[in-house]
Amino acid sequence: MSDLSLRDISLTFPDGTEAISSASLAVSRGEFVSIVGPSGCGKSTLLRIASGLLTPSSGSVTVDHSSVGYVFQDPTLLPWRTTRRNVELLAELRGVDPTIRHERADRILSTVGLLEFADHRPRTLSGGMKMRASLARTLMLEPAVCLFDEPFGALDEMTRERLNGELIEIFLAQRFAGVFVTHSISEAVFMSSRVHVMSSRPGVLLEPIEVAFSYPRSPELRFSPEFAEVCGRVARTLREATS
Amino acid sequence: MTTKPQQSRWLRFARVVLPPMVVGAVIIGIWYLFSYVVLDSDRRFLLRAPHEVVRKGFLDGDNFGEIMSGLASSCRVALVGLLIATAIGLALGVLMSLSKVLERAIFPYAVVVQAMPVLAIVPLVGFWFGYGFYSRVFVCVLVAIFPIVVNTLFGLLSADSGLHDLFTLHEASRTTRLRKLMFPAALPAIFTGLRISAGLSVIGAIVGDFFFGQGEAGIGQLLKKYASRLQGEQLFAAVIVSSALGVTVFLVFGWLARAVVGEWSEESRGR
Repeated sequence: MSDLSLRDISLTFPDGTEAISSASLAVSRGEFVSIVGPSGCGKSTLLRIASGLLTPSSGSVTVDHSSVGYVFQDPTLLPWRTTRRNVELLAELRGVDPTIRHERADRILSTVGLLEFADHRPRTLSGGMKMRASLARTLMLEPAVCLFDEPFGALDEMTRERLNGELIEIFLAQRFAGVFVTHSISEAVFMSSRVHVMSSRPGVLLEPIEVAFSYPRSPELRFSPEFAEVCGRVARTLREATS
Repeated sequence: MTTKPQQSRWLRFARVVLPPMVVGAVIIGIWYLFSYVVLDSDRRFLLRAPHEVVRKGFLDGDNFGEIMSGLASSCRVALVGLLIATAIGLALGVLMSLSKVLERAIFPYAVVVQAMPVLAIVPLVGFWFGYGFYSRVFVCVLVAIFPIVVNTLFGLLSADSGLHDLFTLHEASRTTRLRKLMFPAALPAIFTGLRISAGLSVIGAIVGDFFFGQGEAGIGQLLKKYASRLQGEQLFAAVIVSSALGVTVFLVFGWLARAVVGEWSEESRGR
């Protein structure tokens, strides 16, 4: 039984446009899956459906909603809270005992390298640090399923690649079921064990492309011909799907 | 690379303080010019010279005492009015933020209260409730409530939709959402509203007192009395004191906003 399974999900907006057409996806703990597609193809919408924020027109979602983490495109930190208090927010909403909460927050803050910025407010953090705080906030709860909606899209290339590596390290430690939405092919291939290409209007999930490289993956992988070959396959599928 | 030489503290201080002082000096100069050059001696009561205002308005114990007790009375009215307007305004803002239907039901009346001319209301209030302390407070509340209502409402609704999603995902209750998300997000706007309302409340206290013309004498009644008796020096002193009160209130609430939300709010920084 997969930890997240979407079966035959379709979504039609009230004006009749079909956003997503019979999409199916199953992800288990220990799998990291990416969905790549052009902007506006419905990838984010699919995540919203998976999380329960949006109800599909038809199809079924099977997931334990109390154990879903969601990392948004924006860091969505509370500007009035310090980094530590921001990271603690979800645990607070979930009613986690304060002492356990503080301890876990410290641990995850040191994992993402933000411990010395724990008492800073978001305003004084860089874009990369804000995103790290946002990741820490979600991953602190150690969710069974974690959804990522293009979290690194607004970051510069170097920061993005570093965060790709850091996220994979946490993934390897926690072994959640990861679904990562992006429009960067190399990011998807570098992190995932499987890449789904999504066509646009209506959004349809195509046959997945398996990525066989073993974890942990070194940053050097990005420069290997095998890596380029997989990226090329994803790119071709994407081009065919959108032409 | 060239570095800018460090300006001395004095120079920076002078740059901040000198320009307004120069303008102030020019204004006082023009004032003297009118008092002594433009006006004949028998019409000088129209604009007494600054030192006369200081001598009779501020240094004369009786006059200054009268102005100060009027100021204290108006201050009390303005303060109580502001407190009540804040309490009601916050409550209405929160209420309207809870449902669109309530917003549609209440908001038009908030606008009506705002649009009503104070002058039209004041005689009615006196007619209904008399000319005592609470009638004056009532006028203050009417004048001051709107900015608090509007700023509270818009502030509460300003919270980022992504953050709302986050709270929804983690099954936050309505009160948790209000307490941990909407209310803190609204604070900068609420303080902006409070600052405007505080100024309006001072104006409300003075205008109410001016038109009631009875009961405990506030600054408004003094202004009226001095004007009718052509006591230009006291009139000017009372006007200066009233403006000083308005400026003080403005500064105090600006400082308060910075103290509470200045550390994280972009809006309230550097103002």
